[in-house]
Amino acid sequence: MSGSAGSVPAVQRTVAPAAVHRDADARAWLGALRSTGAEREAAAARLHALLLSAARFELVRRRAMLDGTGRETVDDLAVQSADDALSAILVKLDDYRFESRFTTWAYKFAILEAAVRARRRAWQERELPVEPEAWAMFPAPTLDPAEDLELREQLKVILDAVRTELSPHQREVLGALVLADVPIDVLAERLSTTRGALYKTLHDARRKLRAAVGTES
Amino acid sequence: MTDSHRDTERLLAGLLGPSGPELTCEQCFELLDVYVEHELAGENADRRVPGMREHLRGCPACAEEHESLRDLLRQLA
Repeated sequence: MSGSAGSVPAVQRTVAPAAVHRDADARAWLGALRSTGAEREAAAARLHALLLSAARFELVRRRAMLDGTGRETVDDLAVQSADDALSAILVKLDDYRFESRFTTWAYKFAILEAAVRARRRAWQERELPVEPEAWAMFPAPTLDPAEDLELREQLKVILDAVRTELSPHQREVLGALVLADVPIDVLAERLSTTRGALYKTLHDARRKLRAAVGTES
Repeated sequence: MTDSHRDTERLLAGLLGPSGPELTCEQCFELLDVYVEHELAGENADRRVPGMREHLRGCPACAEEHESLRDLLRQLA
């Protein structure tokens, strides 16, 4: 064996065991979750416990948003999040590609479910800003006239472009998400659409505004 | 720099968004686990998942979920 060929296993000795262990662990999860009877039930229960801990972790991070929400309600939100995350995972097992640990892949479902619930809960009794009100909140007048000349100019160009370049729907979405800080999941629920569709609208609106200020490549 | 200046700069960043190519929210979710594991391993996550960093700059919800997954894994490590 040549010297250069001999250097390859040295790298593999460092990297391969972790990957092999990760893949074996993932195959065990997938095998159990795809099985039937007691084995599947046990695997699903074990995964649900992990998802519940991830959902609780997320809801603790969002506690300021959930101020005034009772402990029992928060725990219900965690259980609902874990339930829905588990359901989504069981449907999407074929989407797992062995590119991360199986548990990392699974945790993101629980975090998403809990984060969305927290945002919606925080906004459940709040009205969405009507579009003209959101734009009326634009804080340009508070800027120092001399010091912030460049910012004021840029704001003026952007506001003009908002009025002349954006569609009413783009103005509504941009105003709610950026000016009024409405969480995208809340806006999606109120407008009966998806986060992805709203972000596409936001992305297209931003591209028009960047073109207006000359920063779009 | 005044608070008003900083607020306006932050607002401008929100209005204009990231200028580079970015993932969609769906792609972000699909690759979030891979990205975070590369970050925590000290590897070049942005080279592994191009467009993720830009999307996280432009999407507060995805950015929150990214931070949560990263911090959860750190806590479990």
